[in-house]
Amino acid sequence: MTVAKVEHRSSLAKGELGDVLREMLLIRRFEEKVEERFRAGDLPGFLHVAIGQEACAVGVCRALEDGDVIASTHRAHGHTLAKGTHPNELMAELYGKQEGCSHGYGGSMHLYDVERGNMGANAVVGGGLPQITGAALAFQLRGEPRVAVAFFGDGATNIGTFHEALNLAQLWQVPAVFVLEDNKWAESTPEWQHSPIRDLSDRAKAFGMKTLKTDGQDVEAVYKTARKALDHARGGNGPVFVHLETVRFSGHYIGDPQVYRDRGEARELSETRDPIELLREKIGVSGEDFAELDAEVTEIVEASVGFAKGATDPAPEDALKNVYA
Amino acid sequence: MPELTYREAVRDALVQAMREDEDVFVVGEDIAEMGGSMGVTAGMVDEFGPERVRNAPISEMAIAGAAIGAALQGMRPVAEIMYEDFLTLATEQIVNQAAKHRYMSGGQVSVPVVFRTQGGAGWSPGAQHAQQLEAWFVHIPGLKVVFASTPEDVRGLLWSSIYDDNPVVFFEHRTLYPIKGEVPEEIEPIPLGRARVHREGADVTVIATGRLVHESLKAAEEAEGDGISVEVVDPRTLQPLDEETLVASVKKTNRAVVAHEAVTRMGFGAEVAAVLQYQAFDWLDAPIERVGARFAPLAFAPVMEAFVVPHAEDVLAAIKRTVGKE
Repeated sequence: MTVAKVEHRSSLAKGELGDVLREMLLIRRFEEKVEERFRAGDLPGFLHVAIGQEACAVGVCRALEDGDVIASTHRAHGHTLAKGTHPNELMAELYGKQEGCSHGYGGSMHLYDVERGNMGANAVVGGGLPQITGAALAFQLRGEPRVAVAFFGDGATNIGTFHEALNLAQLWQVPAVFVLEDNKWAESTPEWQHSPIRDLSDRAKAFGMKTLKTDGQDVEAVYKTARKALDHARGGNGPVFVHLETVRFSGHYIGDPQVYRDRGEARELSETRDPIELLREKIGVSGEDFAELDAEVTEIVEASVGFAKGATDPAPEDALKNVYA
Repeated sequence: MPELTYREAVRDALVQAMREDEDVFVVGEDIAEMGGSMGVTAGMVDEFGPERVRNAPISEMAIAGAAIGAALQGMRPVAEIMYEDFLTLATEQIVNQAAKHRYMSGGQVSVPVVFRTQGGAGWSPGAQHAQQLEAWFVHIPGLKVVFASTPEDVRGLLWSSIYDDNPVVFFEHRTLYPIKGEVPEEIEPIPLGRARVHREGADVTVIATGRLVHESLKAAEEAEGDGISVEVVDPRTLQPLDEETLVASVKKTNRAVVAHEAVTRMGFGAEVAAVLQYQAFDWLDAPIERVGARFAPLAFAPVMEAFVVPHAEDVLAAIKRTVGKE
């Protein structure tokens, strides 16, 4: 029995893959809708989508247990949905409404859903990493079997918080997992221009940290790797660095003309490395079934826009609330 | 009443909070066996162990950030930033993270963390180990800022800061650690946002913080010899600020001097002066005088250092200017 349970937990069950496909497709359609509504002038602020990176969010978040926490990045919609926030609450936040997951105080770059373990998306690159070390320290001090997980991109591996947070986590052997979504771009700067080393796992290895690397476009591989990392951390064996090689199909922000990037390359990657297509082929979903699934998630996304538009605007003076506890 | 040094008073608040509450722990550089660079946490590791009196590498961003992360999970960490000059390294985490989490989440979280730090001139550490940077943090909504000047205050205010659900930047002045003062038998929490009138007077109010509270009390003694009656008030908490007590005092004396060791320009005293002129304009009989450091970094040579920062005689001169007895 125990063996079977471990087997089940270490990889996604066959029956789950349909759900996983649905979840990734929901995130994709949600973000496409966000692009559309931003371009239409509905949405204020800065918006960054993670189209192409859905398998990272879904694979990791599915492997989490209740009680585990995450810190996300400025590219946070996928993580937030994958951690269980309802699309209505997320869309309402992007519209700046009271019903939003941060009640209109945060926006796309500051998505929180504390009840579901989302301790916040961070608009300062690398800003959340030391706090994940600290959350994991709290779990360790209290003897709780919980893990704290930080998402970040390759650009963040150059900032001081990354190095200080990993060093401290490894030194103190806290139950943290650091998930690098390596999409090879820091805004408009390609990885070869921002890092002198080609394998960013080496940075974690330098601290003596256990590192696991996998294809971030293969959601089954991401899940398996995340599960392994989480089990390791939860078991009191110290933090783990998970290196996911992924692809950002879109620009840095919505509206980014991407003058720095070869258009053909992005198109080719979206044709050959789309995590949704890869899973669909793998599990053999027919065109008809896929269209049905697509219609279903599209309806959810459309409904989220309707919900958000009908939601409540905060009063201007609400801006003075929540400054202090 | 027992007598404690300012250093012992800080330690006593930490020790008693840690005895009472498993969620409280201290983290910082050299705080365990060494007891911190100022000896504040000396001996604590023996009682609480290295888990709760936690030595950290030289990583101010991570020390501050880890404390914030633990606070977000319900702990009450006290992070020691060895010198307030090094707050500059932790500022991203304090200003962008600790101060903003509650707000950005729409009230879903609180961040009950204390960043204890110390600084101050008077012992020639030079330009990178003695700055007074409290005003920077008063400018950030979401932070509370405390600057205590006596053993009793530092103990009661630190206790309140630990149990406050907001991030508190807690300033101690290096030269005050050896001073002694009576403290209540049991810790009496001092609410954040309440000033202390150290000395009552009729002619001039001196509003001072940190070391300058003591310099101002000396100046007040001297002024009394010249027939000037001086009231000395220490706000103790810079944010929230007890405007009521400060304004009431100035309405009584009709003259004000603001005094701190930090650079005068854009110093905390500028804000106090603005509050006073707006709320007590019709009561003021003289321009508000400002006493603070000259506009230069702190020099190493003792004579230059002493020239840059203010002393009792500078406060006295300011008092005399307000009453026209120069």
